[in-house]
Parts: sequence; C-alpha cells; structure tokens
Amino acid sequence: MAEMIKVGMADLKLCISPNSITTLGLGSCVGVAIRDTGNKVGGLAHVMLPDSNEIKNNVNIAKFADTGVAELVRQMEKAGARRKMMVAKIAGGAQMFAFQNNSQMMRVGDRNVEAVKKKLRELGIPIKAEDTGLNYGRTVEFYPESGDFVIKSVGKPVKTI
Amino acid sequence: MAEFDLNNMNDLYFDALREIGNIGAGNAASALSSMIDSKVDMKVPRVELLDFKEIGEAMGGEETVMAGMLLGIEGDLTGSIMFLLEEKSAHILVGKFMSHMGMPVGTGNEGEFNEMEQSVLKEISNIMTGAYLNSLASFTNMTILPTVPALAVDMAEAILSVPAIQFGMVGDRMLLIQTAFTGDEALNGFFILVPDMPSYGKLLSALGVMQ
Repeated sequence: MAEMIKVGMADLKLCISPNSITTLGLGSCVGVAIRDTGNKVGGLAHVMLPDSNEIKNNVNIAKFADTGVAELVRQMEKAGARRKMMVAKIAGGAQMFAFQNNSQMMRVGDRNVEAVKKKLRELGIPIKAEDTGLNYGRTVEFYPESGDFVIKSVGKPVKTI
Repeated sequence: MAEFDLNNMNDLYFDALREIGNIGAGNAASALSSMIDSKVDMKVPRVELLDFKEIGEAMGGEETVMAGMLLGIEGDLTGSIMFLLEEKSAHILVGKFMSHMGMPVGTGNEGEFNEMEQSVLKEISNIMTGAYLNSLASFTNMTILPTVPALAVDMAEAILSVPAIQFGMVGDRMLLIQTAFTGDEALNGFFILVPDMPSYGKLLSALGVMQ
C-alpha cells in the first residue's frame, strides 16, 4: 500500500515511489520537491528562511533554503538518486499580508523563492515547474512516480503542475 | 538587563507571560462583549514553546481556514500581534457586529468575506488588539501602540508561517501565547503576541520577573 508521508514546517523527508509526500499550508515558506526521473527516488523540503548565513542560530538545516535544499539532495543521493537525473518543482513563497511598508521581513516569501532557485542552479538541478508568490496559502502533494505536484488552495481549483 | 533567550525559559517567565495573556485577552473579551452586546468568556491562556512542526496542529489543524489579522506593535515594546478567528466564528462575529451597528447583514456563515465584511473584521481586530495592548501598557507602564491591521483568510499553517518565520530567525521554536474565547455561540479566537527578541527582556523586566 502506498502511503502519503507528511513534512512539517522547517522539515524535510525522502519519498520513494509508489509513496507520495505532502506538506500542508505553505505560506511564505517554500516547498521544494525533487525527484530522480529514472529510479523515482524523491523528496520534499519545507524551507522558511532564505539564508543560513544571515542567522546566528542555524542548527536546523532544514529551515533554510540554502542548507535545506543541499541536505535534501544529499539524502536523496544516499538513497540512490543521481544528480544528473534530478528535476525540481517548487511552490509557495506567498506574501500572506499586504502591508504598506514593503520591508525585508514582508518580502520573505520572494526571498525564499529566489534563494531556492539559486541553490538549485548551483546544484545543477533544473526547475520543471513552479507555482509561487501571490498572496495565498498552498498545500502540496508530490508523486515521485509521475512527477505530479498537486497544489490545493482555499477557494481555488486544485491544480497539477 | 539580562539577555533573554527562548532556550532559557523558566516557570517564572512562563507564568508571567501567561498572566499577560490573561490580562490582555480578558480586556479584549470585555471590549468584544460590549461591541456585540452579548456574553464573551475567555479560556485560561496557554503558553507553550512549540516546534515549528507542531504549530498547525496546536491551532486545530494545519488546513483549518481562519481569518488572521496581523498588526505591528510600536513604542516601548516592538513586534507584532496576531488575532485569529476560525472562519465560522469570524462570520458569526461579523454578523453580530453589523446587526448591532444597524448595518444590513449579508452572506451568512460561510464562504468568502466581502469587502464590507473584511473592513468589519479589521475593525474588530483593531478594537480587540487595542484593548489587549492597552491593558498590557498600563500594567507595564510602557507605551505600546498597534499599527493598521492587515487581513488574510486562509489555512492556519499558511497564516502562522508569518510569525513562525520571525521566530525562525532566532531559534527553532515558537512561543505561543494563545487565548481562546467562548460566547453564547462557540467563538474560537486566538491571540498570538510576537514581541521582538529585545522586547521580551523589557516585558519580563517590567513584570518584575527578570533583572
């Protein structure tokens, strides 16, 4: 029986087909789904901040875009995934609240998306699809078998990218 | 003043923060009660340090739809305060507020909030967080002022990612000072006070539990 693995905020997990993997209610955080298109080894990270170097307390490496994506890829390679075969899909990075002053803090969603893209580029992993930005939350489900990334939001039709 | 660190939380600090939640939310409950002219009670506040993974479940489920009103805090204390209402409670409250004001009540207890209802929600959050922060200000003898509210109606986890990210900059857990309300009809609402890290020290010193 295939099961659905759950990833929490500032967390990451592996997922091997036929299982699927989900994270609920991405707001300004970003969900990064990666899979090996050949052997269907996949994983999902739920990162909440762009850069581990900006923060003193950075023990939880899953929390940051830079270290979180690198760690997910490392764990996937350990589980048999090959870098050359890896592709990514990303979602989230919303600005949940519209404030007048467009401070750094309020732009954290955009900055998370940019940081994830930068890290994936460094690692040579192409982004196949994304659903990012805007102002609403997203629940995502990732199926390493097909690569389907299903996105659910409140009051909007379900979409698969 | 000693530096405050969430990893050094002790019972005294927890009690002091719980007391803040009590006084603030008690005042907000009275304000709400007179605003809609019906009885509103408050439950004993919970003060918890939660791992980020646990936040959604603590609020009754990651995907529970809630109305979240976020206000900045300025003055002697800085940070933000969030007032959250479960969607159904928000509709009930908006309806009561509008009928009490003699405004025509529209859509009932489900679905999206129209523009007028969104303004009413923001006004409710203004009144309630104003009452919360006023009591905190007089209790601590500090100047504490809320900024203009912003509203989001969405999944609890997505709304809470905003304060969580602020906590994420200094540690791996989030301090939740959570207060729920009950009324004639079930009203589930929560306050989350998110002082900036330096403000914790000020707050705990003003309360006399930190030197």
